Amino acid sequence: MICNVCGTKEATIHLTEIVNGKMTEVHICEACAEEKGTEFKTYFNFGDLLSGVPGLESALGASGEKASLVCKDCGMKYEDFTKNGRLGCAGCYTSFQRPLAAVIKQVQRSSSHVGKKPSRIPKETRSIHDLRQLQERLRKSIQEEAFEEAARLRDEIKQALDKLKKVKRPKNE
Amino acid sequence: MSEIDRFVDQPVNWLRATGPESDVVISSRLRMARNLATYPFLSRLASAQRDAIIQEVRDAVKSSNFLKSAYFISSPELPELDRQFLLERHLVSRELFLEEGKSAVAITPDEMVSLMVIEEDHLRLQVFQSGLNLVETWRIADEIDSELEKELDYAFDGTLGYLTACPTNVGTGIRASCMLHLPSLVLTKQVHKVLQALSKLNLAVRGLYGEGTQASGNFFQFSNQITLGQPEEEIISNLEGVIRQVITHEREAREYLKKKRKAKMEDQIWRALAALKAARMMSSSEAIQLLSLVQVGIDVGVLEGQVTHTDLNQLFLLIQPAHLQKMTGKELSTTERDARRAARIREYFSKVVL
Repeated sequence: MICNVCGTKEATIHLTEIVNGKMTEVHICEACAEEKGTEFKTYFNFGDLLSGVPGLESALGASGEKASLVCKDCGMKYEDFTKNGRLGCAGCYTSFQRPLAAVIKQVQRSSSHVGKKPSRIPKETRSIHDLRQLQERLRKSIQEEAFEEAARLRDEIKQALDKLKKVKRPKNE
Repeated sequence: MSEIDRFVDQPVNWLRATGPESDVVISSRLRMARNLATYPFLSRLASAQRDAIIQEVRDAVKSSNFLKSAYFISSPELPELDRQFLLERHLVSRELFLEEGKSAVAITPDEMVSLMVIEEDHLRLQVFQSGLNLVETWRIADEIDSELEKELDYAFDGTLGYLTACPTNVGTGIRASCMLHLPSLVLTKQVHKVLQALSKLNLAVRGLYGEGTQASGNFFQFSNQITLGQPEEEIISNLEGVIRQVITHEREAREYLKKKRKAKMEDQIWRALAALKAARMMSSSEAIQLLSLVQVGIDVGVLEGQVTHTDLNQLFLLIQPAHLQKMTGKELSTTERDARRAARIREYFSKVVL
């Protein structure tokens, strides 16, 4: 088998990856693998993901308004993220919220976290996390057709939302 | 003696082949990504901030019950050969030393846990187990994480969960994986069918054929692809469920080989043994291919009582380039390594009677 990168030498490293139902095989020779070095890491991690997910390239696309976005916390350009797939700081998730939502939707199953949380977090973060857990349980109970449980969760979510609004309002005004 | 030298003669615990389903599943690993809230991610990290993070983590490690006896090693003090050695033992990743600037790792003396500091994320915790035991890797990782967060402030968002440098890790930040040895599925040319059938389940399968021809090694790594929207326990039980199916397929294929292709299989296994017992020079790719065949020999009962999975798993590691050099105590050229490797293998198989 011939190397996918240089197209001349015999490939000795073979990788098969299945991402979102699409199987890709990469064959490379040792010389190219060594030469590529850091470039390679991106190629396999994010690059493969991109090629495996149709439509993501356009979601990531460094066109117009998205490209000129800059993180207000660390100063990273959104354009840089589209190149290497790595964010500059936690604040990037807020600064690039809109274009990132499209990326996350493509590479992940859902848009909100369920599972562990740190024990020490700000009250507002905790309330939002709790709300997301409730919403996930609601989704599940509907799926399982446990409608009594769903109705109870719906009310609980409404209460949690009202509470969140009360916390937020004084800050906005 | 450096701390790393203590590992040289120590068999790797998670390669003991003692865990559940260890005839097929070599090892289980859980990797957890965390970042500190008060510092930028890796790409925007200044040198002084690297030092500060390493110091904060070092303090947190000291006050953790689980990690307080861990060796804490930072990168500038680490020679290239030692880095390679730790890499072969899976205790560090290539990424940890990829960029210039300081990084560090804490490793427990039993090598079951390693905490990389300033990898792609500020913290990458790894927990290993022998065989199929993802539940235990998560239990331990969860416990250590809960200890560390008493001292460290993590970057966490109410909606997105734990924030990571790459959005493919955001949410739980966990990647669970198992290394499987699937020689019978490869020999019966079933492996692609099985992998295709699994491909719709949001799992990543990497066929790490190693170096050399495609059939060499027969090792595959299965891991979860998605980190957001599922609780940790669910991610793990889904992956474990899939792996159990693969194990069933591998054992079926093994039975088939035993019944229908016995003569041909035995011929291949004995030829591999003959080469391992006689060769004076051996590349790592050839060694992996031949040793993989010997593993099949154990599974189908050809080598009953003569060779064990435990020994073979260790041998796979001991013939890696940095391990050969650490054990010899000096740097070796490729040719010297091939000779050393062959000698090491001959020594091990000398007790096997052809």
